[in-house]
This record gives sequence, C-alpha cells and structure tokens, in this order.
Amino acid sequence: MRVALFLTCVNDTLYPDTGRAVVKLLTRLGVDVDFPMAQTCCGQAHYNTGYRHQAEPMARHFSDVFGGYEAIVTPSGSCGAMVRELYPRMGERARAEGRGDTLAATLAPVVPKTYELTEFLVDVLGVTDVGAYYPHTVTYHPTCHGLRSLGLGDRPRRLLQSVKGLELKELPGADECCGFGGTFAVKNSDVSAAMGADKVRNAESTGADVLCAADNSCLMHIGGTMTRLRTDMRPVHIAEILASTEEETHA
Amino acid sequence: MSGGTFVGMPSFPKAAHEAVHNQTLRGNLRHATHTIRAKRANAVAEVSDWAELREAGKQIKDHTLRHLDRYLVQLEESVTAAGGTVHWAADADEANRIVTYLVKATGESEVVKVKSMATQEIGLNEALEAEGINAYETDLAELIVQLGKDRPSHILVPAIHRNRGEIRDIFAREMSEWGRPAPEGLTDTPAELAEAARVHLREKFLRAKVGVSGANFMVAETGTLVVVESEGNGRMCLTLPETLISVVGIEKIVPTWQDLEVFLQTLPRSSTAERMNPYTSTWTGTTDEDGPQTFHLVLIDNGRTDTLADEVGRQALRCIRCSACLNVCPVYERAGGHAYGSVYPGPIGAILSPQLRGTQSEIDASLPYASSLCGACYDVCPVAIDIPEVLVHLRERVVEGGVVTRDGAKVVLKPAKGHAAERAAMRAARWAFGHPGALRTGQRFASRTRRFHPRTLPGPGKAWSETRALPAVPAEPFRDWWQRTHGGKDASK
Ligand code: SF4
Repeated sequence: MRVALFLTCVNDTLYPDTGRAVVKLLTRLGVDVDFPMAQTCCGQAHYNTGYRHQAEPMARHFSDVFGGYEAIVTPSGSCGAMVRELYPRMGERARAEGRGDTLAATLAPVVPKTYELTEFLVDVLGVTDVGAYYPHTVTYHPTCHGLRSLGLGDRPRRLLQSVKGLELKELPGADECCGFGGTFAVKNSDVSAAMGADKVRNAESTGADVLCAADNSCLMHIGGTMTRLRTDMRPVHIAEILASTEEETHA
Repeated sequence: MSGGTFVGMPSFPKAAHEAVHNQTLRGNLRHATHTIRAKRANAVAEVSDWAELREAGKQIKDHTLRHLDRYLVQLEESVTAAGGTVHWAADADEANRIVTYLVKATGESEVVKVKSMATQEIGLNEALEAEGINAYETDLAELIVQLGKDRPSHILVPAIHRNRGEIRDIFAREMSEWGRPAPEGLTDTPAELAEAARVHLREKFLRAKVGVSGANFMVAETGTLVVVESEGNGRMCLTLPETLISVVGIEKIVPTWQDLEVFLQTLPRSSTAERMNPYTSTWTGTTDEDGPQTFHLVLIDNGRTDTLADEVGRQALRCIRCSACLNVCPVYERAGGHAYGSVYPGPIGAILSPQLRGTQSEIDASLPYASSLCGACYDVCPVAIDIPEVLVHLRERVVEGGVVTRDGAKVVLKPAKGHAAERAAMRAARWAFGHPGALRTGQRFASRTRRFHPRTLPGPGKAWSETRALPAVPAEPFRDWWQRTHGGKDASK
C-alpha cells in the first residue's frame, strides 16, 4: 500500500522527529510512504481565525497535491479534522454563496482518504500491536479535535496499551481542552495559560514521566507550560512512542 | 462589580484577566461547574433515546423559526382569545416603556419578579427604578445578585460565582435595606440561608399586586406560557399578584403542547441534571377569580429577527437556556460569567450577544474569540447548536466584515479595527503556503538562525511566551531530511 504523509506545516518546521517517526513506523509495518514535496498547510489557522476565503486556495492546493494517493496519513488530529470535517463545509458554503460546485468537487476526493495516524493504524492496517517498546510511564491526552471532531475513541489508548514496557496512567480530566486553540492562545493568553497549567497539574498527578498526544500543536502548548512550571515530565508525540523498538533502546 | 448593568464592557480578554487571577472565584466556578457537569452526564446517560430527543428538539425549533411569522400571529390570537393582551416591542427601550406604562397604570410602585433573562437583557429593573418603581427579584440566586449589587454570571445559577460565606455576608448586610432583615447570627448553612430568603421574600409576595415574569416556552396553539423552576418562588409570582406581565423573546415559541414533551425532558436533564423540574407552571390568559385578573404578554425582538436573517448564525435562536454549554466550557470556568459582558455568558453568550447587539463594540467583537473551539459545548447542547461553527462564522464577520442585517435592513460591515496586522500576517502566510519554495526558504532561514532565536516573543506573542516556553527550531526541517535521504526509502538513516 502506498500512502502520502501529510505532515502538516507545524511538524515539518518544528517537529521533524515526529515525521521521521511516522515514516519509520509505517515502513516497519510494510507501508510504502511518500512525502509529496509540494505540500504546505491545510489552512486550519486561517479558517478558524475567520479568514475563510484565504483558506480556500490552501484547501485547493492540498487537494492538488494529495488527490492522487490511495490514502493520506497525518500525525495531527486537528489537521485531520480540518480536511475531514471542514473541507466539505467549505464546499457547501461556496455552493450556498452561488459559486457553484467547483470547490466542493475539487475537495471531495481527499476527504474520505485522509486518516489521522492512529485511525489509519487501527482501521486501515488493522493493527493495535505495532511491535513497539517504550519503557516509560505514560499518560495520554486525547486532544479536542481527535476526541470530538474525528472521534478517535480508544484507538490511541489501545495502541499504547500494546506497547511493551509502557505503563499507561489515566489522566484526570482527560477530555478537557489544554487551552491551545491556535490563535486563542495568543488572543486570550490568560485563560489559555490557566487551562494549560491545569492540564499540566492533572498530568503531574498521575506520576507519569511522559505526556503523550496525537497532535504536536497541543503538545507545544502543554510542553511550553511544563517548561515554565519546571516539571520533570516530557511531552512526546504518540508516533515517536509507537516507532520506538527494543533493539534501538538497547543499542 | 457593581452597577448591575453590562454597558461599556471592556473586551473579553481584559475582562477575563481579573477573573483568571481571582483564586476564590476560580475555586467557586470550578467546584460548581465540575459537580453539575458530572451529574448532567449521568442524567443524560439514563435516557436511551437522547440522540433522538436532541434531534427532535432541533427540528421543532428550526421548523418554528422558519415559520415564526405564522406562529407569532397564532400566538397573539390565542392569548387574546384567552383574555390576555399582547404587546410588541422592537427593542429594549420600547419594551421597557411598555412595561413601565403597564405598571404605572396599576398605580403600584413595586413589582415581584420571577427570574427572567429577557428582562435582564433589556435592563428592565433599572428602567423601572428610574421611574420610581422597585422590582424585587424572588429567585434565590437572583436575590443574591440583586442584594449584592452584582451582575448575574450564569444562566441558571446567576450567583454561581459566590460561595456560602459571601452569600451570608450579603444577606446580613443588605436584607434590611430592601425589607425584612436577615435574622441575628445568621450562619452560612444552606438551610439557614434558604430560610432567611424565604421569610424575606414571603413579605413581598403577600404585598405585591404586580408580577413580572419571563417564560421558557410559549405554545402557539393555546396561547399558554410555561415556566420551569426549582424553588416555587416563580409560581408565587405567577399566581398571587392581580396583574401579571410576561416579557418574552419572540423565539421562545413552540407550535403545540405536544412539542413541550421533548423539551420538558431535555431541559431539566441538561440544566440541573434532574429527571423532571420540581415546578412546571403553565398559564393561559386569565380565569375569573383565580390567579391574576389582568395578563399582558410583551414580545420582544431586540435583534432576534436580524439574527434570524443569518443562515449560519440563526441556530443560536434554538437555545433553550439550559446552561449545559456553560458548565462544560473550560473558558467559562476560568473567565467567569461577567467577562462575557451580557446576561448570556459562556459559549451561547459568545455567539448570541454579538448577533443580538452587532459586532461593533469592543466586547462584542472579542466574544467570537472567547473560545478554543474545543467543541465540548456542541457535544452537550440539547438542541445541537453547532457553537464552534457559529463562532468561526462570526470571527469572519469581525475580521473581514460583510453583509449583515441590522434593524431589518441589509448593511455592509467594515472589518473591525485592530485586525490589520493579523490580516497582513495571514495573507503573508497564505502566500508562503501557496509557494512551497518560499516556505522552504523560510524554514531553512529559521533553522540556520536557530541559535539566535529568543525564547520569548515580542509584540502580540509576548503574553504567550511569558507563560509558555517556545519550542526550539530544529536543525533541519523535515522536508530537507526527506530529500537528503532520497525520499526516505531507507528510513533508518
Ligand atoms: S446553547 Fe445549547 S447548551 Fe447552551 S444554553 Fe442553549 S440550549 Fe443549552
């Protein structure tokens, strides 16, 4: 199976390790991964801040780049939700505004083929044990778009539970937002920081060494808060946990 | 926190700043919202057809809103036939003028009130006071707010931001100013506080000749109004006075009695996590020698038909004011209700107020951003209002302007002030994202200069980086690594 990796602009620029982990993991599972070099950004920040018309060419570009692939895999719940939930809406609104079906038709092919990483592993590849080894205590933060827009459910937790050496701790208040919310973090900095601090305190109360999530944007916010609050916990993307193996840990 | 009105509020972030750092307030809100949140989830889980009820509620409301003109006329006819009088008010001033006139016509100078959001929305108490009429709130929480010279901060529990100790102090200090004083040595036990309120209020109920109420629903086919409440004080206001004036928003209508079946199930479970309301009162016009002998219904528009004209935003008018969205909202929990600058706080307030009032003021332009778009509000809403969708829709109105309906006429809005820098940044980012080469140049530049990057940001990003450290820029963006490793075919390198 040949899939396209939609890494997202944030991961490409700031978290290349996550990208390398996804490539390593999928390759190990026998998937042929391609990274279309023309990819940029899904347009989520523009759309959610109110610049909907500016997000449209970005969505069209996304479809041009990814339309030809069998499946599109992304290690980001919120960017996955952008494509799956909001691209159809962009098409509908263009129609409602009398601009015809062109946008809807352009965007339609990528919508059902876009999978968030854990969804792809569990639903498409049908695996929960990816042969990973990670000797740490981990707590999992589900992230809002993964939880509510994509409905990832217990997929990430099933994957984590199958990781050798990993001890999973329940996170109190797991389904509460960490306070990132893109531009919300800047526009409502006080509230955002308070939400982040509560998330970190809840995570600390589990005694885990690692807080894991399937979205680096949330992890950036949570990790940044951890640094400022001087906790010993580390934020780690789930792809990096699932990509780890016993051999390399002992090497 | 005095004055009782929301006029001239600062923007949401400024108003929230104080609340976020007020530990007592944060504690009160956290405790109250988390308790009710868990109870609501249980109460909802008990109902096997919750999803169907939610869909039915949504459909009934949508249908009614689509044919609002027809149902309002039907309502007026039924109310009139039952012996009531209907008055139409286009805005707050008109509504206040009508109610003041009606009260004055009775020759009375005081009224008892059952908790009503509509009268708070229009500032009725202040308008009556200006004409020498005292309005006494009789809902326990409203009483606390009124005695504390405070503003409501929650739809259902207006005094949610107060704890028992604060309430005791307010009663001890203020009750004597308004009527029967609080008993000596009042403690902060709930039973003593409730008893103090009961005795204080009874005196008012027995004296009042005029009652003012709102309504949760109005049934078009029979002209019946419905109030659901927990304390029974509302029922006293509805039955004891000689004249009853009900002030209700035009969107509160349902076509038939049967439609109530849905909402009388979803409302209590969503709001107080109860299976049924302790008190559900219905009244239809007047009946000889029983209850009020004069009944007036004041129907207020106050921005509602303008909201109805907006295809995406109109879903806010489905709201049945259950307050479930407030109780799950992480932003409401930290910012408190006052920061929203209206009687409608929380997620519903963030989408309703900027539609009812327009997005021109500082507070109204900031409300669509008072959310991280986490979606918890949409999940719990018993009439399935897609609050995140409306928030993004209103954000677009704020930053890009566009055509909206105000006072029944289409007007073209200019983008709100203060977004020019953001708009330029968004355009630049959009351009870079349309040109992968430029994006890559930018990434490489960031990587090469990474040692010089500050860990705190200047300008608008400053607040962010004060509380959260920025991630370090990696030595090599992913796309460069990918190319270097020849398409990543050998991923171990
Ligand atoms: S928006 Fe929905 S959840 Fe919020 S108060 Fe209204 S009906 Fe309840």
